[in-house]
Amino acid sequence: MNVVIVGCGRVGGFLAGLLDAEGHRVSVVDIASESPARAERAWFPHLPASFKGETIHGDGTDLDILRQAGVERADAVLALTEGDNRNLMAAQIAQKIFGVKRVIAKVNDPVRAQTYRKMGIDTFSRTTILGTLLHAMLQDDREVGEVLIRKSLAHEEDLAHEPVKAR
Amino acid sequence: MYFVVAGAGEVGFHLSQALLEAGHEVTIIEADRRRANFVQDKLGSIVMNAAADEGRAQMEAGCSRADALIAVTGDDAKNLVICQLAKLNCHTPRVIARVNNPKNEIVFKTLGIDETISSTRVLMNVIEQELPSGGFMPIMPLAGTDIEMIEADVAPGTPPAGKTIGSLRLPSGALVAGVFRKGKLLHADEDTKLEIGDRVIVFAATASESEVRKALVG
Repeated sequence: MNVVIVGCGRVGGFLAGLLDAEGHRVSVVDIASESPARAERAWFPHLPASFKGETIHGDGTDLDILRQAGVERADAVLALTEGDNRNLMAAQIAQKIFGVKRVIAKVNDPVRAQTYRKMGIDTFSRTTILGTLLHAMLQDDREVGEVLIRKSLAHEEDLAHEPVKAR
Repeated sequence: MYFVVAGAGEVGFHLSQALLEAGHEVTIIEADRRRANFVQDKLGSIVMNAAADEGRAQMEAGCSRADALIAVTGDDAKNLVICQLAKLNCHTPRVIARVNNPKNEIVFKTLGIDETISSTRVLMNVIEQELPSGGFMPIMPLAGTDIEMIEADVAPGTPPAGKTIGSLRLPSGALVAGVFRKGKLLHADEDTKLEIGDRVIVFAATASESEVRKALVG
């Protein structure tokens, strides 16, 4: 599967690592958050050292940057920046302009998440997902989170064994 | 008329002032409290200190009865979402977005926002009228393909001026779909001779854009 991930923070970097390790072709797009004098790799501090995919430095709502990331051949685009609006814009561009089949946007405002889901953009809200999970954990309701927690603990185990590249 | 202005930066402030002076009713939504207070001091109590990209703020501002909403923040993605939410939730009859990156005009249109204002584009139009070189503009990609639509002006001194379409050095696969001449769309074939002032519509692979530019602009 060809996957484009817009926004390479902790979630984006983690997911990119998982997909890359499974053999998918992943490109990640992130805007500069640090001084351009740093090595390019420093713009993607959350990618695992083993990551073999493409890193594109730029604005994920820009058509040319998305093309450069391979959106035209993408089977899936995930918009995971810290900005709800940017995620909604990138996701709509991928779906409506480039015709990408699977598009998911992280939208932390539950109201906007619902509005755009009704419009046909797949959205998820960290607010409601994490809140619901924590609520269930407090009430010892195992059904809600069991599979999710078992899988994420396994991923944490893998990450702990990830080789560290010394500078 | 009743206008809701989202964003009280320089553009939003002066726009609101002009609308008020013209006798219209205005509400400004501004997220920054200090800026909201400043504008309130200047223009009176027409400022709401809230985030315009949230549905509730739009409802409170009366977007459902507004004749138009104008989103003029400095953030294109925010302006897009503000306009889409107003259309979807409040059924505001007219929404206008400021775009900072001129490439986003076509993006906004594709995503349902018909009216956009780009100061960059306005300035480019003023400058281009004074320059002999023709304009060359990728208009939009075709969904699900690697093809895009390009518009180019035939200006004096550009390769197509006075030539037939067949003699243009376009990359293989590029197709001249039509020619606008004096406001009319002409059917284009190999033998169509291009004149100065024509506007040529071309379909070509995105990857070959620079070759198309070379053939049409030089």
